[in-house]
Amino acid sequence: MSEEAIQVMMTDEQRQLDDAAIRADFPLLNDEVAYLDNAATTQKPQSVIDAVNNYYETSNANPLRGLYELSVKATEIYEEARAAVADFINAKRTEEIVFTRNATESLNLVGYTWAQDNLKPGDEILISILEHHSNMLPWQQAAKRTGATLRYLECDKTGKITEEMFRAAMTPQTKLVAMTQVSNVIGRTNDIKTFAKIAHEYGAVFVADGAQSVPHMAVDVQDLDVDFLAFSGHKMLSPMGIGVLYGKYEILDKMSPFLFGGEMIEYVTREGATYAEVPHKFEAGTVNAGGAAGLHAAINYVKSIGFDKITERETHLTAYAMEKLKEYPYVHILGSTNPAEHHGIITFLVDGVHPHDIAAILDEFKVCVRAGHHCAQPLLAYLGTRSTARASFAFYNTEAEVDRLVDAVKALRKEMGYEE
Amino acid sequence: MRNNTFYNEILTDHNLHPAHKHDLPDANFELEGVNPSCGDDIVLKLRVEGDKIVDGAYVGDGCAISQASADMMLDLIIGRSKEEATHLAEVFLRMIKGKITEEEKDELEEAGVLEDISHMPARVKCAVLGWRTMNEIFDDPEKAQKKVDKPVSSEGEICHL
Repeated sequence: MSEEAIQVMMTDEQRQLDDAAIRADFPLLNDEVAYLDNAATTQKPQSVIDAVNNYYETSNANPLRGLYELSVKATEIYEEARAAVADFINAKRTEEIVFTRNATESLNLVGYTWAQDNLKPGDEILISILEHHSNMLPWQQAAKRTGATLRYLECDKTGKITEEMFRAAMTPQTKLVAMTQVSNVIGRTNDIKTFAKIAHEYGAVFVADGAQSVPHMAVDVQDLDVDFLAFSGHKMLSPMGIGVLYGKYEILDKMSPFLFGGEMIEYVTREGATYAEVPHKFEAGTVNAGGAAGLHAAINYVKSIGFDKITERETHLTAYAMEKLKEYPYVHILGSTNPAEHHGIITFLVDGVHPHDIAAILDEFKVCVRAGHHCAQPLLAYLGTRSTARASFAFYNTEAEVDRLVDAVKALRKEMGYEE
Repeated sequence: MRNNTFYNEILTDHNLHPAHKHDLPDANFELEGVNPSCGDDIVLKLRVEGDKIVDGAYVGDGCAISQASADMMLDLIIGRSKEEATHLAEVFLRMIKGKITEEEKDELEEAGVLEDISHMPARVKCAVLGWRTMNEIFDDPEKAQKKVDKPVSSEGEICHL
């Protein structure tokens, strides 16, 4: 069913009933505070909190090593979570899912292992200017260590990168391309499927940052044909401290380990060691089984709502907010004018009011937004600003919360001493 | 329900209508102060004769708290000795940590309105930027003096922001 069809079908009354039912699943949400910083981290439904509690209350032991029943149970919970992630992003094999702490660690893993093993002076790494620092600094460092050159692909002023722009940036020396699927600053989607196909024509591997996409849209790694995909659990309803690196099995299998220690070995002698199979060779030390249980529950929750509905609600809230904010000439929204191209992210400037003051005054109205450089300083410099304010919606936000945001934004300039 | 505001009239007035936000061509001390995480960026300019701060100004940009605080500081220190200014800085920094008497707060005059920043840890660095930069000038006068010959930031770069 198309998005338009769903939007037409849903009446205001239905939407309100729906809002209430969904919000009741989230213990932290209430009518006092409008939480609009979901691109930073989302709130957690009771089912996720219960899954973590349940793991520690009934199943906790050190997974993957114990020979007794409790440890076997802990291992099962951990490995079932891996299978759930594999299914969620349609990985071909469960072993292609490596658990990490977050997207940042996932990207660093590739930067330290694949890049170290495969790059040499003269090779090029291509990243876009839209990247979060977590998909930029690992490549800056990899370039420094290997002697490869880091190149930036610039977007147009609305954040768009076309196929022609991408093709023009590729060279026979390009060995790795790293790009976000959805920008954390302007919410714009990159056409990862097309770009990965082009990268492969040049023999380059393609690393996708899914931190802002996986929580908001169906991501199918086989369809996209990316070589790696990184995302964080905490931005999609899970506890903090659990993240994912997807990698194609053939590539992971050839890669050097990342961290060294327990859990990732087969045999250890005084002189050396042989390493465990994928994915365990990348999961040194005691793993975060409680977090994995939470991520599993989060995936189940997202599936129960469905991406059709998640997209419908987030797009609706974005459109509603953009429409209302447009009435104020001193408010400037970055990126596309089409709400569907924002993925719930509205980054904005207010004439004469510094973004940190915006966030502080919005806090006085009990509206939580992010202000600053959003860990994307080169992008903001490219767009000609140092910092911005950002409201980001999740499917559990409501029109009433958007109204609060708009009312607070309306009051901003007066609070700061302007006439209007 | 609203939380309490610390954006009172005194603060917003100093931000919108600063008395000291301009260039100071005859400054003999000049130093840039930056909060990299939020982008507050000022250049503090002082004209010091003997022991006395005879004039002062700042240019740059940043949030209302960083800008208003620098302006209030200059209100206080222009016409005072270096020693007095350093003493006021010490009192101000202590106020921001929430450790100050009412009498001491009176010494700070309008700058006392920033007392509530002590409850907003994320904004402390904004409030102290001007004061910290002044302290740095007096701690290492050579460094700040040198920059007069070779200004770090041309007016064109900073003033128009």
